[in-house]
Amino acid sequence: MPDKKPISSVNDFVVRFANVNGSGSASANEMFARAILRHGVPVSPRNIFPSNIQGLPTWYEVRVTEDGHLGARGGVDMMVAMNPQTWDKDVAGIEPGGYLFYDSTKPMPSTKFRDDITVIGVPLTAITNSTYTDPRQRQLFKNIIYLGSLSALLDMDPKLIEQLIGEQYKGKEKLLSSNVHALHLGRDWALQNLKCPIGLRVKKSDKVGDRIFIEGNSAAALGAVYGGATVCAWYPITPSSSVAEAFTAHCKKYRHDPETGKAKYAIVQGEDELASIGIVIGASWNGARAFTATSGPGISLMTEFIGLSYFAEIPAVIMNIQRAGPSTGMPTRTQQCDIIACAYASHGDTKHVLLFPEDPAEAFEFAAAAFDLAERLQTTIFLMLDLDIGMNHRLCRPLKWDDARQYDRGKVMTEEMLEEGRDFGRYLDVDGDGIPYRTYPGTHPTKGSYFTRGTSRDRYARYSEEGPVYADNMQRLVRKFETAQDLVPRPLQANAERPTKYGVIYFGSTSPAMDEAIGLLEARGHQLDRLRIRAFPFHSSVASFLAEHDFVYVVEQNRDSQLRQLIVNENGIDPVRLVPIVHYDGSPITARFIAKAIGDHQDHLKVTPLRKAVS
Amino acid sequence: MTYIAKPKFHHPGLKKNELGYTHRDYEGKISTLCAGCGHDSITASIIEACYELSIEPHRVAKISGIGCSSKTPDYFLGNSHGFNSVHGRMPSVLTGANLANRDLIYLGVSGDGDSASIGFGQFAHSIRRGVNMTYIVENNGVYGLTKGQFSATADRGSKSKKGVTNTDNAIDLVAIALQLGATFVARSFSGDKTQLVPLIAAAIRHKGASFIDVISPCIAFNNHAGSTKSFDYVREHNDAVNRLDVLVGRDPIAVDYAPGTVQMVEQHDGSKIALRKIDADYDPHDRLGAQTFLAKHAAKGQIVTGLLYVDPDAEDLHEHLNTVETPLNTLEADALCPGSAVLDKINASLR
Repeated sequence: MPDKKPISSVNDFVVRFANVNGSGSASANEMFARAILRHGVPVSPRNIFPSNIQGLPTWYEVRVTEDGHLGARGGVDMMVAMNPQTWDKDVAGIEPGGYLFYDSTKPMPSTKFRDDITVIGVPLTAITNSTYTDPRQRQLFKNIIYLGSLSALLDMDPKLIEQLIGEQYKGKEKLLSSNVHALHLGRDWALQNLKCPIGLRVKKSDKVGDRIFIEGNSAAALGAVYGGATVCAWYPITPSSSVAEAFTAHCKKYRHDPETGKAKYAIVQGEDELASIGIVIGASWNGARAFTATSGPGISLMTEFIGLSYFAEIPAVIMNIQRAGPSTGMPTRTQQCDIIACAYASHGDTKHVLLFPEDPAEAFEFAAAAFDLAERLQTTIFLMLDLDIGMNHRLCRPLKWDDARQYDRGKVMTEEMLEEGRDFGRYLDVDGDGIPYRTYPGTHPTKGSYFTRGTSRDRYARYSEEGPVYADNMQRLVRKFETAQDLVPRPLQANAERPTKYGVIYFGSTSPAMDEAIGLLEARGHQLDRLRIRAFPFHSSVASFLAEHDFVYVVEQNRDSQLRQLIVNENGIDPVRLVPIVHYDGSPITARFIAKAIGDHQDHLKVTPLRKAVS
Repeated sequence: MTYIAKPKFHHPGLKKNELGYTHRDYEGKISTLCAGCGHDSITASIIEACYELSIEPHRVAKISGIGCSSKTPDYFLGNSHGFNSVHGRMPSVLTGANLANRDLIYLGVSGDGDSASIGFGQFAHSIRRGVNMTYIVENNGVYGLTKGQFSATADRGSKSKKGVTNTDNAIDLVAIALQLGATFVARSFSGDKTQLVPLIAAAIRHKGASFIDVISPCIAFNNHAGSTKSFDYVREHNDAVNRLDVLVGRDPIAVDYAPGTVQMVEQHDGSKIALRKIDADYDPHDRLGAQTFLAKHAAKGQIVTGLLYVDPDAEDLHEHLNTVETPLNTLEADALCPGSAVLDKINASLR
């Protein structure tokens, strides 16, 4: 019996699996998360993996959360320790009163355990070795066997797991039956030899509703399909590769002409990021909807072309799945660290549109909208995801599409318009919104052609190095960026229950942790209004929010508080009034971290908690 | 790029092609390159080739990178859309444009600095992919805009105008294009319009990646004793493998070709190239033979010109990708969007 009372909790705990990369555990671990979902209990899983193919440690964390908190919580209630290399660290990370699940085939010295946790040993290797002769089978089925044992320990319904196995191996009867057999090997051993269930339990609920379980990258790729992207050029880079791979899979399914079998899309794996964005720009210049997906180092390589897109006013969509930088940084760890690099990408004076989805549902919506925005504004649009959204499954509302929706192709002067005698000046601000008309190559035999270039030119696209002509063009680009403020998704504001002079600004994947942190802060008596920024340029409501609060915390996942820098730069606000709350160790930000950082700061300000004042 | 617009006046009696266009309809702005620049001769050959093929000028997209050569698309086909992109990246921009609309004709114009250095990778990969384009390198072995530095095609041992000897080996873009699978490979000399015009015309008609390396002496920085890309040097060392004519299913374009050994090469679109061999043993269908021939003559310090290799059954990138015949840039939501009913099914599969 441990010297600390074992944690007892139903539908609210964290299980972390420690495995060796390449051991085939991912499938079983994900099935564990999905099985809990089938119980009607929300989960929030996260992959924590190395920049390596095989051999190094990998972790998969499942937060079981009946309350639906989808951010990382921090701490581990049960560790499934399957990697000897990380044993000490894994055991040390268990919450007092927590549980350690391990392979007890070989005896371990008592010094390898802790007195304040419950140790659960299952002789997994012995069971697999006595059942299977093939070494690969032994490795793979060991994962299913521990899944079976966990189902007994956590009081899960085995039929729901069998159902999942059935769906996964539909049409492959041999695999199906052998997996179900392995599941019951582990389950039966636990039931016969261990006290089941333990304090952590899964109880059927109805808290999942109609929500779907999808990775952000896959949702963004689907958004590109629905948004009408026909050209995708990309270069593999973690954590963005699965965007292009998912786009390829979706297109193969939904984009082939039923009569001819031909593809209504073109996907090219470029030789590098420079070629990928070049292909996107060439395709967009010629009137196709095109995009690329990359991460920070790819953005660095693309910046010259991004400047061209800005200055020559060519649409482009870049999905940036951010990871920890700078340089190679931590390629498989999450951050929101490319804000400045993308907002002002390339040399000279530039400003680019950034979209910040909070979850896969918004990744889908914003990805589709990015193509409308790119063509409407004739510039690069960045869809700013990060590894935490992109490569992890998230519960989110179902994806929606309005069949009446038509693509906004922006200001394109057609052959008919040219024939009517419309004055075509490629960089002429006809409507006062800073957005000129363009023509597609091949439109008209004698009218509407122009020369696209990255050098200065006048309103009729004629090369010019005249200062006033250059300045006129640059001012129009500023007007265009101002127009963008009302076209991009607006910030969403939620006010505290009581009036407060404190606010918090956050964005993207910080959202679920922030939502949970607000509850924790309120419990400490701190009231905060909050504003979730969803795009740059900032809507005027951001300035209003800043004006209405004495102090505003800016929560983000990078070292230098890049969003805060951008807000200061674009709004001319006194930086002292914006308090940075930064988290940048590569792990997803947690509610605990936010609540502590803001709470401590509030205390430092000698703020009297409202609860205390009331009492 | 020029500040000076070309006068619109032209003689009413100018000869017209079968579409009713005159040479003037294929011209662009006045060149601002140095008087006597080989690039202007190439511009004239492009104009001539497009005129002879009776191409609708506005159906050509002309794309370039950065440098003297990349300025030239402004000087031809004034009613075409042009794109002066960034240094060395013409091939990717052209590839994207081609993917968006397969119905246009794509002319990629580049230089040796543009294609053999910063753009070497993009050159290689666009050839490798079989993009349907005519890729012309205006090759003078020197950086003209920055006043005389060696480019990567400058021969080892050649001297700069300042007297510096080049100690680096030269990149032979033709040899590389052959190795990478280009289905139309040629080399010519800017001063040999008789050879260059039909080569360009044939390249435009070819379906697939056509590559033409045109030796184009730089009048300002690479036309001196010691240079291997000067007018005098090239004239002395030019060894043409063949002469050719282009038949586009209509009356043959008149060229000066003598009777003798003639080989007809049928192109993918039905047009034919008639090759008149100077070297009786030369076979333009033999990629390996072309590579050997090129290497052998290079070892002798000779410049081989002419159509070195052509594959009449070439496929292009669109065929590799199996894309629809309809240009992708014309497809709208009804053709591209799977709709809400499909999305509902996708949602259901994600629970």
